[in-house]
Amino acid sequence: MAAKRLPDTPEIRERWGSFAWTKDNAAEARKVVDRYPPGRQQSAVIPLLDLAQRQIGAETNTQGWLPIPVIEYVAAFLDMPKIRAYEVATFYTMFNLVPVGRHHVQVCGTTPCMLRGSDDVLAACYVRGMKKGHTTGDGLFTLTEVECLGVCANAPMVQINDENYEDLTFDSMTAILDALAAGQAPKPGPQVERQTSAPEGGPTTLQAMVKENHDYRGEW
Amino acid sequence: MPKLKVDGVEIEVPQGATVLQACELAGKEIPRFCYHERLAIAGNCRMCLVEVKPGPPKPQASCALPAADNQEIFTMTPMVKKAREGVMEFLLINHPLDCPICDQGGECDLQDQSIAYGKGHSRYDENKRAVTEKYMGPVVKTVMTRCIQCTRCIRFMDQVAGVEDLGAIGRGEDMEITSYLEHALGSELSGNVIDLCPVGALTSKPYTFEARPWELRKVPAIDVTDGVGTNIRLDVRGRDVMRALPRINEDVNEEWAHDKTRYVVDGLTRGRLDRPWLRENSKLRQATWEEAFAKIAEIAAEAKDSVAAVAGDLVDVETMYAAKQLLAALGSTLIEGRQTGLAYDASNLAAVNFNTTIAGIETADAILLVGTNPRWEASLVNTRIRKAVLAGAKVFAIGPEVDLTYKVQWLGDDLSLLHKLPKDATDAFKDAQRPAVIVGGAAIKTPAGQAASLALVKTLDLIRDGWNGFNVLHTVAARTGGLMLGYAQDGGMASLAQKAPKLLFLLGADEADLAPFAKSFKVYLGHHGDKGAHAADVILPGAAYSEKHGIHVNLEGRVQYSEKAVDAPGDAREDWSILRALSDVLGQRLPFDSFGELRARLFADHPEFAEPGLVPFVWAPPKIDAPKIGKGTEVAYPIKDFYLTNPIARASATLQRCSAELLHGQDFAEAAE
Repeated sequence: MAAKRLPDTPEIRERWGSFAWTKDNAAEARKVVDRYPPGRQQSAVIPLLDLAQRQIGAETNTQGWLPIPVIEYVAAFLDMPKIRAYEVATFYTMFNLVPVGRHHVQVCGTTPCMLRGSDDVLAACYVRGMKKGHTTGDGLFTLTEVECLGVCANAPMVQINDENYEDLTFDSMTAILDALAAGQAPKPGPQVERQTSAPEGGPTTLQAMVKENHDYRGEW
Repeated sequence: MPKLKVDGVEIEVPQGATVLQACELAGKEIPRFCYHERLAIAGNCRMCLVEVKPGPPKPQASCALPAADNQEIFTMTPMVKKAREGVMEFLLINHPLDCPICDQGGECDLQDQSIAYGKGHSRYDENKRAVTEKYMGPVVKTVMTRCIQCTRCIRFMDQVAGVEDLGAIGRGEDMEITSYLEHALGSELSGNVIDLCPVGALTSKPYTFEARPWELRKVPAIDVTDGVGTNIRLDVRGRDVMRALPRINEDVNEEWAHDKTRYVVDGLTRGRLDRPWLRENSKLRQATWEEAFAKIAEIAAEAKDSVAAVAGDLVDVETMYAAKQLLAALGSTLIEGRQTGLAYDASNLAAVNFNTTIAGIETADAILLVGTNPRWEASLVNTRIRKAVLAGAKVFAIGPEVDLTYKVQWLGDDLSLLHKLPKDATDAFKDAQRPAVIVGGAAIKTPAGQAASLALVKTLDLIRDGWNGFNVLHTVAARTGGLMLGYAQDGGMASLAQKAPKLLFLLGADEADLAPFAKSFKVYLGHHGDKGAHAADVILPGAAYSEKHGIHVNLEGRVQYSEKAVDAPGDAREDWSILRALSDVLGQRLPFDSFGELRARLFADHPEFAEPGLVPFVWAPPKIDAPKIGKGTEVAYPIKDFYLTNPIARASATLQRCSAELLHGQDFAEAAE
């Protein structure tokens, strides 16, 4: 699905035309640029676009987005043509080119998650009034269906803001959304009894290793 | 020098050649879309797949694979054939089948190659992707659904034009080529992306739905919109020149042409002088040739030898020669071509020539621009300088700061800097192996400026073995040819005005300040109703550059022959024949009755015009006694509006719009679509 983009309107220019780094972010931006050899400062475009998006997120109490004047600000900061920064911003789906809500719910709908029940996860979102590609009326949630996020072993999963929530069911997804709506921070990672992507309910192999170190060599 | 085998034939290719180039050297045709000789390799269309041994057992993209010793390349195996068919099928997944309504139809790489290398039938029932049109300015029309994303246009703007306005946004199937936020392309070379586009995604806006390539007669000609002498091909249907496209000439324009070259042709049908006019009671009225000639004869009888001629910017050598002969017959040598009032010493042509040559300037390693904006005065010299810069050359410039598309160290706009260049510049020139100075019209306006420029030859050591780094950049097509014929008076137009000629011939001269000639009887011989015609007492309708054979000498002294594409409109005639007919009426019959005889005379008098190619001018700079340039002498570039520098361009609707939109910021974007 083509990422939606907001056009270049006078209103957006008016609102974001005066964008500039905050004091902390200015220092951070310098630090990032300094990682690259002189004359290669353009390489910093991805981290700086992300930094700008986060700054806007902090300013608007959302997950942030990249209005065109801000992309231009970053391009000017790195002394590169505007179109080159714009290409980068449109290429990576992690850059939001439309405003998003307080929490950006990115549900993986690719095959492994779909087979393991991503439809239930989406259903939990729909129950809360979310719609794919839209922000809820209270500005709390933006729902996006995304392609594989590489957590197939813990399917189905969802990425909300900077955290992954894995091994979801309708109920656990509802609980997470409830917690977020209540302003709490739910526990990221697997939502079932499981350590990262290890087997559910404890190890199925090398069980002797669970309590103490065990030398298996004699048993080979 | 790797040695390899292409389809069993052993060849040796230059170091660094690609497999694709090796195949071409072996005479094999390799289909391609994204690969272009003058652009960086992208390797994204995959059409150039060949089989290479040793290597992985799969076809490889030959454009991006370096040729190596002992390679065996196969270009006609079943694997290659199948691979090409597969690639072609992928390219056509989303390409619309709208060839019958596509302007590229008949000259389309995709069309040709799908016939030659494609499957011949389609297996797709699915819907095709559609992409919205993008606005790219007054000359480029887009139908982006046709785009196969070869990125040639992006690479051209980035690498050759140096104006990074185009990019690919989005990813995967949603990737789209667009100008930044759909602003107009801000390059005077933007028309070249139309030629580069292998499909019909980028086509020419003024030429939209005008003609089909197979209806057109193609005539080789020489462009007259600037001094470069771009080799062009005029495509003609019936009486109309439909478009101008560049021809390849490695020494002059490579394969580019700027937008003025391309779109000046639509001025050829507007504002034309197609019948003689005569001024009576200070108003112009239509007249016959006889009336016009009789009037001139009447004046000429009075004027005796008080006759002068001013040659315009677009005229060919033959016209200037015929006029010079006519004036000589009348007893006058008052001829001048530098109509804007330049009066530099032209006694030695090498001293006012682009000696490094256009192709040579790209090998320079230190360049000083003096009072010139090459981007506007000679765009295709500017691309060469840009190439030199990309290869590491340092460029310094004296003049007001403008964007030249490459890094320039601006020294300031005080011409007196010539006497004492800053240390940065002198240091760079000291280390340079191939130093070059390019002097513009703004710098040689005064004798002091010319003397100081010529002095740089010594101080910067510009002339070495096989290298002459002193260049004067002329901005108009007729200049070097005119200087060779002697169209240069000491003192220029001012001295001509002082002589107060009773009869003044204006050979398409539209840029001259005619106020000092208020008392002269002015005969305008030209093709457009512009400034010269407005001031004239008699107007004789002549032929534009597309309507006559002509010799043009470009700014580096290269003689080039242009051919006639169409007839002049109405009663207009070829200029030389008008002068010949007039000479008869004046009782001084010129000794040629045909164009062939004229050329024979010309070649006898000036053998340097007889052969196309560079004229070897002997370096013998004049000694100019001039005071030092005063401190604070500001430099102003001669061209104020790139798109409207000559009468044909001023009559062209396309170039008027280019000027309004690109230079004066008028907004056409919404009205356009």
